[in-house]
Amino acid sequence: MVNPMATATHASMLGSANPGATAPAVSGDSPPPLKAESRGLDFYYSNSFQALKSIDMPVYENKVTALIGPSGCGKSTFLRCFNRMHDLYAGNRYAGQIVLHPDNTDLLAKDVDPIEVRMRIGMVFQKPNPFPKTIYENVAYGLRVRGMTQKNQLDDKIEESLRGAALWDEVKHRLGEMGSNLSGGQQQRLCIARALATDPEILLFDEPTSALDPIATASIEELVTELKKKVTILIVTHNMQQAARVSDYTAYMYIGELMEFDKTDTIFFKPKRKETEDYITGRFG
Amino acid sequence: MAVVAPNATEIRGLIRKAKRWDVIFVSLGIACLGIGLLTFATLFLDMLIDGWSRLNPEFFTQFPSRRAGQAGILSAWVGTTLVMLVTAFFAVPLGIGAGVYLEEYAPKNWVTDIIEINITNLAGVPSIVYGLLALGLFVYTFGLGQSILTAGLTLALLILPVVIVATREAIRGIPGIIREGAYALGATKLQTVKDHIVPYSTPGILTGVIIGMSRAIGETAPIITIGALTFIAFLPPSPISDVPPFVNFEWLKAPFTVMPIQMFNWTSRPEAAFQHNAAAAGFILVLMTLLMNGLAIWLRYRLRKNIKW
Repeated sequence: MVNPMATATHASMLGSANPGATAPAVSGDSPPPLKAESRGLDFYYSNSFQALKSIDMPVYENKVTALIGPSGCGKSTFLRCFNRMHDLYAGNRYAGQIVLHPDNTDLLAKDVDPIEVRMRIGMVFQKPNPFPKTIYENVAYGLRVRGMTQKNQLDDKIEESLRGAALWDEVKHRLGEMGSNLSGGQQQRLCIARALATDPEILLFDEPTSALDPIATASIEELVTELKKKVTILIVTHNMQQAARVSDYTAYMYIGELMEFDKTDTIFFKPKRKETEDYITGRFG
Repeated sequence: MAVVAPNATEIRGLIRKAKRWDVIFVSLGIACLGIGLLTFATLFLDMLIDGWSRLNPEFFTQFPSRRAGQAGILSAWVGTTLVMLVTAFFAVPLGIGAGVYLEEYAPKNWVTDIIEINITNLAGVPSIVYGLLALGLFVYTFGLGQSILTAGLTLALLILPVVIVATREAIRGIPGIIREGAYALGATKLQTVKDHIVPYSTPGILTGVIIGMSRAIGETAPIITIGALTFIAFLPPSPISDVPPFVNFEWLKAPFTVMPIQMFNWTSRPEAAFQHNAAAAGFILVLMTLLMNGLAIWLRYRLRKNIKW
């Protein structure tokens, strides 16, 4: 088993001295700066089922990291640790750390409020979930929660976010319409705009295209590639082609363990482990 | 082909036979529906015909009287309206608060389970029991008297379980992913409840409130138990006045009667003429209930149009 943790810790020192470096993550010679890293992360659901086992993984700044693996491997569970979504349900338990750089906040620490974590890390869900409110109010909600009330400030931020999500031109004349009147792909971009409005440091995508048709999927994938210039992205996908198309790094997970983490090219063309290769080539999973 | 042809005929025969059951079931269903509707329509029409001679404007503006021809329902419909106002004022916030707490805040443990079972049981408690409770608690212990306030509180208790259950059902209808979406943006629990949970469950809550109110409007037993009058020839003090502070709450303490009691009073009179009054009052009471249900349907339709997941 690869040990990305040692590399990751190493990378945090090297990376900040060498921003923009593009060397392979695991080979160790100057990977990009770190945005976050998971250290010895275990996760238990309320029924004591251990869904994650000692996960060590780096998340590089302004890169797209894809989490792949068969159903039930824990990739969504892992993603939802990053914004403490599991705290919404009683009895779930974390052990280990997810450290967010540059301030070294442990996102899972007991004294770190999950609301603070969610204000710094945005999320886009599997199924588009716009609120039954207007397009404007959907994007405004995160800003309102943060206490923004001035109309012109809101207007500016909403336009910026909708532009960022490549939706502005389609909705600029109907911001007062209900978000649910949009098509599935537009709804998902609305949800992306909603998450972008609050300038998250990391954006989590949980199988964002699994409910969409191929054309809408392509537009979301294009958007993800565009967005990484501004925000670090972690994306769960069950579609290996999607991982190959959009991500810079890929993690292959299996039954709660991180089997292999590397640059996406390496994972897809020269995986170190046989299990990864079997999954990638479709012999398993 | 020669082999397939008889087979197809066989299949057609099977389908025809199976479809015969469809027809039988639909007829049965329509018959059941018809029995219910016909019973109601007959009652409603019968009251309309019996009470037709009394359904004139004076019927609404006159107090009850010894002479059937001059008796009206003024004190009864005013009493019913005021009691309903008090009922809604207490039952709606209490019911929504309890429902939201149980769905969104209550820890899942045995105490919550017991509370839940109790609320379900409460909905099945006979209304006369609520009347006795109110007599002991509101009338004697709290000294609220045999007043509109007591009646409103009693009926509020009576429909509270209905409102709580409706609130919980409506909240459960909100997809988890919408709730998670709000939390994922950094909303607190209260912000999620106030900005999402309550607004999105309003149509369902409203339906529950009005169903509860339509039950309360026809309740007689608990109101008689707390001592509503059966004959009253004056109105409670007006809630609004022309001197500051322009509103007063004296009416809450006033004695009163309500529509079903007025009706009951008339049906127990020996003179046939009073039976017409009772029928007319019954017709108006049913009409009030229908109007409330109509309002519920209209509001629900209006509000639901904008709530799609």
